Amino acid sequence: MRWLRNVAGTPEGAIGLGILLLLGLIALFAPILSPGDPLRIAGQPLLAPFTDPSFPLGTDRLGRDVLAGILHGTRTSLAVGIAAALAAIAIGLCIGLTAGLAGGLVDEALMRVVDAFQIVPSFLLALAFVSVIGASVPVVVVAIALGAWADPARLTRAQVLSIRERDYVASARVIGMHPAEIAFRQILPNALPPVLALSAIIVAAAILTEAALSFLGLGDPNVVTWGSMIAEGRNILRSSPSLSIFPGIALVITVIGVYLFSEGLNKVLAGRRGRV
Amino acid sequence: MLLIVIILTFLLLESASGDAVDAYLLSIGGGDAIVAKSLRQSYGLDQSMLARLWLYFTSLAKLDLGWSVAFGRPVLDLILERLPNTLLLMGSATALSFGLGSALGIVAGAKPESIRDRTLSAVSLILYAIPSFWLGLVLSIVFAVQLRWLPTSGIETIASGKVGLARAADIARHLVLPVGTLALIYMALFIRVMRAGMAEAWQLDFVLFARSKGLSRTRIVLRHVARNALLPLVTMLGLQSAAMIGGSVVIESIFAIPGFGRLAQEAVSGRDAPLLMGIIVVSAVLVICVNLVVDLVYTALDPRVGASENRA
Repeated sequence: MRWLRNVAGTPEGAIGLGILLLLGLIALFAPILSPGDPLRIAGQPLLAPFTDPSFPLGTDRLGRDVLAGILHGTRTSLAVGIAAALAAIAIGLCIGLTAGLAGGLVDEALMRVVDAFQIVPSFLLALAFVSVIGASVPVVVVAIALGAWADPARLTRAQVLSIRERDYVASARVIGMHPAEIAFRQILPNALPPVLALSAIIVAAAILTEAALSFLGLGDPNVVTWGSMIAEGRNILRSSPSLSIFPGIALVITVIGVYLFSEGLNKVLAGRRGRV
Repeated sequence: MLLIVIILTFLLLESASGDAVDAYLLSIGGGDAIVAKSLRQSYGLDQSMLARLWLYFTSLAKLDLGWSVAFGRPVLDLILERLPNTLLLMGSATALSFGLGSALGIVAGAKPESIRDRTLSAVSLILYAIPSFWLGLVLSIVFAVQLRWLPTSGIETIASGKVGLARAADIARHLVLPVGTLALIYMALFIRVMRAGMAEAWQLDFVLFARSKGLSRTRIVLRHVARNALLPLVTMLGLQSAAMIGGSVVIESIFAIPGFGRLAQEAVSGRDAPLLMGIIVVSAVLVICVNLVVDLVYTALDPRVGASENRA
């Protein structure tokens, strides 16, 4: 956990980490902060924000509590963002490691697939995937991961190619270490840092993609998401714009938190590279 | 590469539970099994998967992308009809954001860690974090709903009968908000890349040399530092083209612009697999073209690229 303390040591990292911790706590304790189903009708419809103390941010067209929606939406956003990024990184690491270590025809074939995924707009891919399989949280996660794994795969492969020629890998080979052990114990840990730095960006992109998908009505209809709240408020944008504005602000704060955290992480990693 | 894209997309859309005939029957209020069967026959949906994949490839070679079930028209016609709107939108947004972004990036990178640099970095970070569809909504609340300066949606006034310059001005007025939204978000990215590139270029030997020669600061910034930082920006342009096409889906749906991205959304809601397939294939071709152009520009900008290739 020392790297976490290092990240918090940079000003960007400290602010980012603070925002993310706060959001994490909100996501964890959403059912306690606002008990009950956030999709239930709680009060009079279309209450303006800051008028009724029991609904600080007002209610929407159906009388649902906007604050409750935002609190519970934090859960969906963070869960989908992190899960999709983890999946994308895992796939990317495996493909990149295989391509870099195997070389030859396997490498060639895998990299052509990576190319193919990089030239298709990932949002169109996610759109097609969700529309084909049907909207639910796991499907959205897979759809986003599908468009995001190509970058980490390429980066991992480049790292592996440069690391596998180093002396300590050669000596591991000489002492008769199993290739799989070399791959996972010698090469992977050293290839990891730049990929981790990329992962924060992927989380942010995944959160934005999830919001855009649910904004277009392709999110899971059974959970609250910020994207669907914005879409819902869009129908009555002229009379009560606040319904769309509040979830949007939540989204912006989340993504800024992730970006700041990644800047801090980058600084720490760059510093470490500088020392070596 | 394109081949892989086509096969993978085909397999994905193939795994859909219902096909276009189901969607069509649902939209006309149902039909019996015989109607469904004859419809499937007329669209060739009753053949095996491989046979249809082969059919798709052979017709693709003849530039035939198939028949859109939802619109009842050839897919290629639909796409070609919508594409100019999107290209106009993306082209102007890219030009605007590239120009503004590199200019502001130069301002920020001229003096790294100065107050100007920090402010611009913070602003670009915030802009970069804003989802495009939300920014579009907020801008349309402010400029179209509250101030009533600009129209909220569409590409031109319907049935206005305007021709020539008046029509062009009308289209331009409709495009201000969507182009502005896209440009603001991409600008943030360009500022960041430009600034990072300049901060790095300051450390290089030739900049130190230029300073020791006693060149003026402006001259060093513009001729030495900025020129080198421009190269990654051009690379970025190519890398971002796929994301830009994806982003146009949302922006076009907010501002009701009949473009390529909106067509994608209509294909999804109409369960129109041939159309969706055609859209993905065309967008992949588009991304390849943009990257080709970027590569050519790159060679023109950086003589080192072409030279090293000649040696090899």
